[in-house]
Amino acid sequence: MSLRPDLDLIAHLTPNSTRVLDLGCGDGALLHHLMLEHDCTGTGVEIDPEKVLAAITAGVPVMELDLDSELDLFAAGSYDTVVLSRTIQTIRRPEVVLREMARIGGRLIVSVPNFGLLQHRLMLLRGRMPMSRELPYSWYDTPNLRFTTLVDLEDLFAKLGLVIDQRINLSLTGEPLGKRLRAANLRAGAAVYVLSQG
Amino acid sequence: MSDNGSLGIVETQTARLFTAEAPLVLASGAVLGPVDVAFETYGALAPARDNAVFICHALTGDAHAAGYHRGAKRPGWWDNLIGPGKPLDTDRFFVICANLLGGCQGTTGPSSTDPGTGRGYGLDFPLLDMTDFVTVHQALLTHLGIDRLLAALGGSLGGMQVLEWALRFPEQVSNAAIVAASSRLTAQNIAFSAVARRAIMDDPDFNDGRYIERGKVPRLGLRTARMMAHITYMSEDAFSEKFGRTPHPERDKPGFGIDFAVESYLDHQGRAFLDRFDALSYLYLSRVMDYFDPFSRPQATAGIAEHPVNFLVSSFDTDWRFGTEHSRRIVKHLEHARQPVSFREIPSSWGHDSFLLPVQRYHDTLRGWFSRALREGLR
Repeated sequence: MSLRPDLDLIAHLTPNSTRVLDLGCGDGALLHHLMLEHDCTGTGVEIDPEKVLAAITAGVPVMELDLDSELDLFAAGSYDTVVLSRTIQTIRRPEVVLREMARIGGRLIVSVPNFGLLQHRLMLLRGRMPMSRELPYSWYDTPNLRFTTLVDLEDLFAKLGLVIDQRINLSLTGEPLGKRLRAANLRAGAAVYVLSQG
Repeated sequence: MSDNGSLGIVETQTARLFTAEAPLVLASGAVLGPVDVAFETYGALAPARDNAVFICHALTGDAHAAGYHRGAKRPGWWDNLIGPGKPLDTDRFFVICANLLGGCQGTTGPSSTDPGTGRGYGLDFPLLDMTDFVTVHQALLTHLGIDRLLAALGGSLGGMQVLEWALRFPEQVSNAAIVAASSRLTAQNIAFSAVARRAIMDDPDFNDGRYIERGKVPRLGLRTARMMAHITYMSEDAFSEKFGRTPHPERDKPGFGIDFAVESYLDHQGRAFLDRFDALSYLYLSRVMDYFDPFSRPQATAGIAEHPVNFLVSSFDTDWRFGTEHSRRIVKHLEHARQPVSFREIPSSWGHDSFLLPVQRYHDTLRGWFSRALREGLR
């Protein structure tokens, strides 16, 4: 089974034989891959019942918990890496969740769609809510609650004392755009951050 | 593969696992012998002996988990889960269920005959600990020629026994499923059990536990205990849905009889219980639950840290006897001990009893979890 490109990227950013907590793990594909191919151990957290069942059946330990309020179950420093993949825009209290992630793990990997992409801005200028491959939903049926640009998100990281070790800018189709990309906030459809605590 | 496969006719067997010469040594240091254990098995043990699943029953359960006893109209208590093609598929798994030590359904308990006196043990039967249940069932595995379990599964008290087994002997249990259970009863839990026990012991026919010799069992006490416990097994919604305020059909005018349908139901539950359960067993087994607090032991999780066990912990959202907070507490301890643990809170309107019912999401979860266990094999 081939891994979705954005998950594959995160897998490459995860050292072998480490302990990974994947928040919003879906059907557990990333963890399954990390356990099988990278000798990792780990746990997923997921709220969608069908996905929880898929993860359990696949052999991925998964907890049916609400990210916004139930992460206190995990012990401080109990994971090497905590992943939040394309999930931060769907949670009610991103600041609290990022704090919890920093408490639980030494290293954070956060991927996020970029609301500030030029194409999104142009749609707003035309009087329309942005929609794209990264933001495929209409305003009335989107699971996304929080929209952020990369610049705004980085302000929050700084406020929380999270240091950006690496940022990988991605095109709308998920290809890496190169490290030296200028004006990423205009040109990246999404980004993957590797964060540590300063 | 059929979803409705039945095991057909099954039989309870009995094995003498400890004798007066080679007695069972309890956690308390007390000794007991002989000890007989009633059990049933379903399916076939694989040549590699790697597909055995142990079912731990709840407070008033027994060894007859699935299939039909000859001439019986009703199947075993977990027949909706266990059988050919069912979530715990007896075409693939070898399933064992045994009556608990201290029980009254074929395994030695307080109403068994004390060989020392020739009469029933009564209150001279030693107090039991959760770990004693495990010790006896381990002896049964030895008797059956099984070293290791692919999985142990239990609900309520059964889940507590599974937890005890996994914590004490993680190398023997590759996968442990703990449903609607607790690692530490609350004061409210103990309070309900206390009233049930008081009802039994204050019944004039209890006679300090010597009722069998007197030939008259404490029916009123046991019935009241069961009626009250049964209320805690169901959610308020379940009572409303099942009975509402429907009057009992035979009520002609208001009084202090059975005026409402719910009263008739509880009365029936209480009476039916008398046919199959023993008052002394109720005292002994419920007391084991009160004292169970495994994570308070020093080094409680040292064993599983060395030998991780795949855990599945599951609760039901309307269960107010052992609600989700009980399961979450177990999960937290296991997670902090870095175990592979999955946790689900299953929506179901039936309260604590849900663990015995064919709730779709719950059964799907067990089916997926057991298939995975078989695929991964013993670890």
